[in-house]
Amino acid sequence: MTDAVLSPGTGCPSGLEPAATSELGDLSAFVRSQSGLSTLTLSIRGAKCGGCISKIETAMLALPAVEDARMNLSNGKLRVAWRGHNLAPLIGSRLTELGYGVSAFSEDESSKARKSEERQLLIAMGVAAFALANIMLLSVSVWGGHGEMGAQTRTALHAISGLIAFPVLLFSGRHFFQSAWSVLKHGRANMDVPISLALVLAFGVSVWETLNDGAHAYFDASVMLLFFLLVGRFLDARLRRQAHAAAHDLAALQNRSVTRRSATGLLESIRADDVREGDEIILAAGERAVIDLKISDGRSSVDESLVTGESLPRLVQAGETLYAGTINLDQPMTGKALGEASDSLLSEIAGLLEAGEQKRARYRKIADKAVSLYVPFVHSAAGLTLITWLMLGASAREAILVAVATLIITCPCALALAAPVAQVVASGRLFRNGVYLRSGDALERLAEIDHVVFDKTGTLTLGTPHLVSEHGPELALAARLARASRHPLSRAIVAIAGPGAMAEEIEEQPGLGVQGLIDSKRYRLGSAEWVGVPNPPNAQGPTLWFAEDKAPPIQFRFEDQLQDDAKTALDRFEREGIPVEILSGDSEAAVSRVAEQLAVSTWQAKVSPQGKVDRLSTLKDQDKKVLMVGDGLNDAGALALAHASLAPGGAMDVSQSASDAVYAGGLSAIPSILNVSHRTRSIMLQNFGLAAAYNLIAVPIAVTGHVTPLIAAIAMSASSLIVTLNALRINQGSA
Amino acid sequence: MTIIVYLIPVALGLGLLGLIAFLWSVNSGQYEDLDGAAHRILMDDDAPL
Repeated sequence: MTDAVLSPGTGCPSGLEPAATSELGDLSAFVRSQSGLSTLTLSIRGAKCGGCISKIETAMLALPAVEDARMNLSNGKLRVAWRGHNLAPLIGSRLTELGYGVSAFSEDESSKARKSEERQLLIAMGVAAFALANIMLLSVSVWGGHGEMGAQTRTALHAISGLIAFPVLLFSGRHFFQSAWSVLKHGRANMDVPISLALVLAFGVSVWETLNDGAHAYFDASVMLLFFLLVGRFLDARLRRQAHAAAHDLAALQNRSVTRRSATGLLESIRADDVREGDEIILAAGERAVIDLKISDGRSSVDESLVTGESLPRLVQAGETLYAGTINLDQPMTGKALGEASDSLLSEIAGLLEAGEQKRARYRKIADKAVSLYVPFVHSAAGLTLITWLMLGASAREAILVAVATLIITCPCALALAAPVAQVVASGRLFRNGVYLRSGDALERLAEIDHVVFDKTGTLTLGTPHLVSEHGPELALAARLARASRHPLSRAIVAIAGPGAMAEEIEEQPGLGVQGLIDSKRYRLGSAEWVGVPNPPNAQGPTLWFAEDKAPPIQFRFEDQLQDDAKTALDRFEREGIPVEILSGDSEAAVSRVAEQLAVSTWQAKVSPQGKVDRLSTLKDQDKKVLMVGDGLNDAGALALAHASLAPGGAMDVSQSASDAVYAGGLSAIPSILNVSHRTRSIMLQNFGLAAAYNLIAVPIAVTGHVTPLIAAIAMSASSLIVTLNALRINQGSA
Repeated sequence: MTIIVYLIPVALGLGLLGLIAFLWSVNSGQYEDLDGAAHRILMDDDAPL
């Protein structure tokens, strides 16, 4: 392909997307082999145009023994198939060279189930569309031939319509009938109950009319109803699947393979899902633990900011427990894998999550509220119509026909479309801005919030320390030691000093520091104790000391820096008069500094996971609708309990699944999420208003017996079109 | 009017043909990558001259 030749640069040749950088885990664990053919599915980041497709596919097909490579641009998945020995590492490195981000993709059970549900609905919708088109063809001839067509021909056309409608109602309508039946068995009702009732009654009455050579049959209305309802149902299912897949992909960005020592002593790379309790796992320096470990050998400092919110590394040794999300900083360690929720912290968090989700399940969506007002109204209107017509002396057949026409024309068709269409349009808009909604009603809840709670580390701040003290030529010397270490403070020094040489004979002591030779002089970089500072002054935030053997030591001070757009995001809440507070597991000094910089007066430090949940319960008891924003394992319980919750893309997967939406990019996403949610909410309310107005007009026409199948068909399609077009307005205006 | 005895089955048959084509396209995964399909049509399979 020409594009690949013309633009030898890395990443998307059209420049639509910057080249992605990624840490490449071991992909071999994700290869699937079947009768000699190995396949690997990868998530590719940074592919945005047709040039990317050909660049990637050409490069893959150029590899030896590769038989097939297919890039899916819509979901960013690349599937490569080859024969022979393991090509996975080669494929990974080739893609990285091309400038794309790569991570292994493994489909989980729930996304498979969602995919098949979506496909079922699409097929049901297609079948209903086929029936609708053909019945409409016959109905239009009946309406057009009104007054001229003989009764026999009309009945024949009705009969054919009925023959088409019957199997289609059974096939495509089963989604509604099954759902209605399953709630009716438990003595409850949902929106599918009135829908099923209208479908069955419309069909039944039409059959009766056809058998009696009647003038009006509602086969077209019943199938049209079915079609519109399936459109709403399909959009809803697709939205939920896309949200799930996007969140799953974000979680997959984190390395999901681990190194296990097998019984024979060999080291092998396996998927985290395949780890069994008691397996011996090697955690290399710089690696993030993806499962919980009990350390059996080794001593190292670890970064637990995602687990506890504490921004300073901690020294751990044999016998201690490491939680998933912890990053090992300096020395390799060996540990035994722990079973699920086998430990107090994890089972505590699992308990908190469950409690939060139960509370949230009680949330009543606007659509549910609308239906609960609407259903009794419509059914009593239809019932009253039947009785009134009978009392006025109409025949039973005439009265039933009018009552059923009332039910059909008021069936919550527009109502069933009003919410899903608005949510699909809104989530599509957010999706393009890097925000992945996890549920449709999340937008409704986000629009209602009146109090905001932020986690600090990794949410308001970058989560990595940054050198803030004045520095001279010593920095270059210190960097020569720091380059050998993966400690976050060392990395912060290297980030300022840039690339350069390394010292010789470097030795790193976990929890203390590094020493090495520069120009045959011994230098040390590390804690006050390691460098030999007798009475270190109290400092705010983390510090490092650096000294030549006898010379006076120099101090480097660090701060966890605020995200660039933290202030802008918080200003928005201030303007709207929404109170903001910070709940952090980090030290008092660190939290107070951040609170001061952001002018947030309410903050708490050293808060336990339970403490966060308690604070949220207190706010809830004061009838506050809280938005929680957090990333760590310690925030998960609070995220699940909050009225609405957001997690950044780098958050723990537990936290991501506990929140309503995951945002990539910075905090500036939050104001735009809120804007879109407010807009969606008002459009949804407008849609319900339109549906209500429609009924105000339709019901009088129906109860007075003026609804013919033609009027029903026009009214129903017009109301559905209006709510759909109105929902598209969410795309207008600035976010 | 006896012509409709033939015309209606023909119309239904054509509609059914369309339905079968739709079901086939769904089941063979043709709606999996709508963005990619839009770009693929612009790609040259043959080498540049």
